[in-house]
Amino acid sequence: MGRPTRVTNRIRALRFDAGEMTQAELADRVGVTRQTVIAIEQGRYSPSLKMAFQIARVFDVPLDDVFQYPKGKS
Amino acid sequence: MPFEEKVTWVNLVVAVVVPVAYFVIVLGRLGDVSAADISYQRPLLIAIGASIVLTIVGSVLAGIGSGISAELHGRSASGEFGNDERDKQISRRGDLIGFSVSSVGMVGVLALTMLEYEYFWIASALYLSFVVGMVVGSAVKIASYRRGF
Repeated sequence: MGRPTRVTNRIRALRFDAGEMTQAELADRVGVTRQTVIAIEQGRYSPSLKMAFQIARVFDVPLDDVFQYPKGKS
Repeated sequence: MPFEEKVTWVNLVVAVVVPVAYFVIVLGRLGDVSAADISYQRPLLIAIGASIVLTIVGSVLAGIGSGISAELHGRSASGEFGNDERDKQISRRGDLIGFSVSSVGMVGVLALTMLEYEYFWIASALYLSFVVGMVVGSAVKIASYRRGF
């Protein structure tokens, strides 16, 4: 399965740190489907800025702690 | 598999099976009668009606399947049935590409009309353009769900 986005994320680690929050729980709190959370975690989908902030807010961390974009060529 | 992806699979299967059945039946008559005399109207209307009914029935069954699956795995149904921003983006992308493909087919339909081909060929080309657009659009959506975008 490909990885079409260069945006990486630490959602899995953050879920683990947040008392092993399930993907379904995160999806409910952000207001998306569980499959969308799975797609974001696996790097198959780059969320909108709004959804990215919502995810960061769930974990109470800055956006940069959730999503990273590699330096170099854009 | 997300509910929206299941519905897309239903659309794809219906968009392939029904037109294939239609063209096999109608083109099979071409050996006996000319294109000008072929009775295509009724089969075409039945094919369009069957596509609508099968899509609705398939979507309902997909919904029931998703509901049962969510129940069995102890997940909330709302997390399975939602239509969030990703679903909307995938739907828009598939519809746009499908529409573009149909539009190219319409140029062929226009050419057939200008060249005064039989109504049968014009109607068949129109129907074919529509279903090919549907098939391509559905395939793009499924690929987007599976591989990301």
